[in-house]
Amino acid sequence: MPSSEPSAPAPAEGPVIDARGLGRSFTVSEGPLLRRRRRTVDAVDGVAFRVRPGETVGYLGPNGAGKSTTMKMLIGLLTPDRGRLRVLGMEPARHRTRLAARIGIVFGQRTTLWWDLPLRDSLALTRHLYRVPPRDHARRLAELTDLLELGPFLHTPVRQLSLGQRMRGDLTAALLHDPDLLVLDEPTIGLDVVSKATIRAFLARLNAERGTTILLTTHDLGDVERLCRRVMVIDHGRLAYDGDLAGLRDRAPGPRTLVVDLAEPGPPVEVPGARCVRRQGPRQWLELEGNPAEVIAEVARNRQVADLTVQEPGIEGVVARLYQGDAALAAADGGE
Amino acid sequence: MRVYCAVFALGLRRYSTYRAATAAAVFTNVVFGLINASVLLALFHARPEINGYDATDAVTHVFVAQALMGPAAVMGPPLELAERIRTGEIAVDLMRPASPLAWWLSHDMGRAAFTVAARSVPTFAAGALVFPLALPDDPARWAWAAGTLVLASLIGFAFRYLYAASGFWLLDAKGVSAVSHLLAPVFAGMLIPLVLFPPPVADVLRVLPWAAMVQVPVEVFLGKDTVPGGGPAGALALQAAWAAVLLGLGALVTARAERRVVVQGG
Ligand SMILES: Nc1ncnc2c1ncn2[C@@H]1O[C@H](COP(=O)(O)OP(=O)(O)O)[C@@H](O)[C@H]1O
Ligand SMILES: [Mg+2]
Repeated sequence: MPSSEPSAPAPAEGPVIDARGLGRSFTVSEGPLLRRRRRTVDAVDGVAFRVRPGETVGYLGPNGAGKSTTMKMLIGLLTPDRGRLRVLGMEPARHRTRLAARIGIVFGQRTTLWWDLPLRDSLALTRHLYRVPPRDHARRLAELTDLLELGPFLHTPVRQLSLGQRMRGDLTAALLHDPDLLVLDEPTIGLDVVSKATIRAFLARLNAERGTTILLTTHDLGDVERLCRRVMVIDHGRLAYDGDLAGLRDRAPGPRTLVVDLAEPGPPVEVPGARCVRRQGPRQWLELEGNPAEVIAEVARNRQVADLTVQEPGIEGVVARLYQGDAALAAADGGE
Repeated sequence: MRVYCAVFALGLRRYSTYRAATAAAVFTNVVFGLINASVLLALFHARPEINGYDATDAVTHVFVAQALMGPAAVMGPPLELAERIRTGEIAVDLMRPASPLAWWLSHDMGRAAFTVAARSVPTFAAGALVFPLALPDDPARWAWAAGTLVLASLIGFAFRYLYAASGFWLLDAKGVSAVSHLLAPVFAGMLIPLVLFPPPVADVLRVLPWAAMVQVPVEVFLGKDTVPGGGPAGALALQAAWAAVLLGLGALVTARAERRVVVQGG
């Protein structure tokens, strides 16, 4: 029982998460039954990072990179087999229930809500689960109901909620005990634009006003651009990048794109230092390889141009290039 | 403890929302009871007494057994836990600061409590309208019967918990549930009263845990007191022992499963 474990509060200014040389391997069997072979997969392989109180950190990586495995170790659902890990000063796998009282967890595709009952009932249960005093519970519920606009569907059975409403309900359930750390695995997956915006705005506010530390994995770079000053990119179990978004762009400079509006539609523009990657009516997209000024001059010499713009690479492109395993990037140090 | 009371209450409320399913279940239990009772009446017409049961005892057995269908859930439904293990949602459950066994127990007892009111009572009343049933005339006997009902529900839960938890090791726990839902009604005395088996077989089956869900409660209700040790207290002690063994096994399996998830990674 959580109450019988000795209390060891983390020092206020210490890191919320402290991972050093964190590793976890799985043994998987593969091949046909008779010629089955065992292979070891290093799902997380020597990851080191610290998260300070009040940070919002995005954890990115392609499928199978090791994001969920890291998250499971952070919340104590999986024991690391290498390295040292402390979350809020505790060793997660040993103090899972005690830690659970201080972290909020949302898995985008899993719900903790009672399907057949009004949302309100599931939320009321968390009061007993985390032993929140009734007054605090009522106050927080009122606050969260207000911020996440739960009012209209608080009395609706969860099964009848839209995905966005359900996610707002799950967020509320994860936050009613006022956790210090919020861990989100794909919180906006499958949501419509409006729901995404509501949730992002809410998380930003939660972080700014309550100082709740947030760690989220996502495929949606919109989440990262809106919320995370810091991003970590994991690939093949190793940290490929740890820093701010601007640094990520510098680290993996994607090609800039020259968008050319010709006076009239025509064949692809062919100039040295650029490559036509897309055409639509009179508009063409050229991937810049050489000096932009020279390319622009060359295009203007060959064709009649109505308009020209240079586009910076989007974060999608940057991350995609990171995943493609640029040799220089793979060798990059794993943060710290 | 508070949280488990709250889970019990939610379990009860949750099942109370399934109105149509509840009505259908009552209908099925009553119809099955009527058919089963008619068959047994024909049998007892040929032989007025079989191993201590007369025709009224047999028909009463049928309707007590049908009334136990909901709370003891001898033939299912499987616990939702099975599905949560299969889909991996169990991870979310393990993060709750609560014992999974106690959580699902409270939840299922909420369900059982609801089915007693919404299924057992109307099913038994329907039987009593059609046939003369043997009702205890001693209030103490009713109290013992209520006790056996609670213990039968606990055992029914423990069985289903173990089937569900097998999903941690087997790819799909459905097969385990399917086999058990076929055999359990026979061993329990749900399909036919155990007294219809040859006495040596019946005596063995009676002390096994399945009988503790139906045959033993029915005999307490009928005042038969055939359990070794005699008296309703002996019957309840037998049930309590099985409940303790099976729930203990459940706790052991839970600890193993948690270790498996956390150490081996599922
Ligand atoms: N329980 C497990 N057993 C075997 N292999 C696993 C297990 N969990 C994860 N893996 C493997 O570890 C790697 C990382 O998985 P995961 O952390 O889920 O990636 P992500 O969440 O980034 O998609 C994958 O190759 C995956 O197949
Ligand atoms: Mg994942």
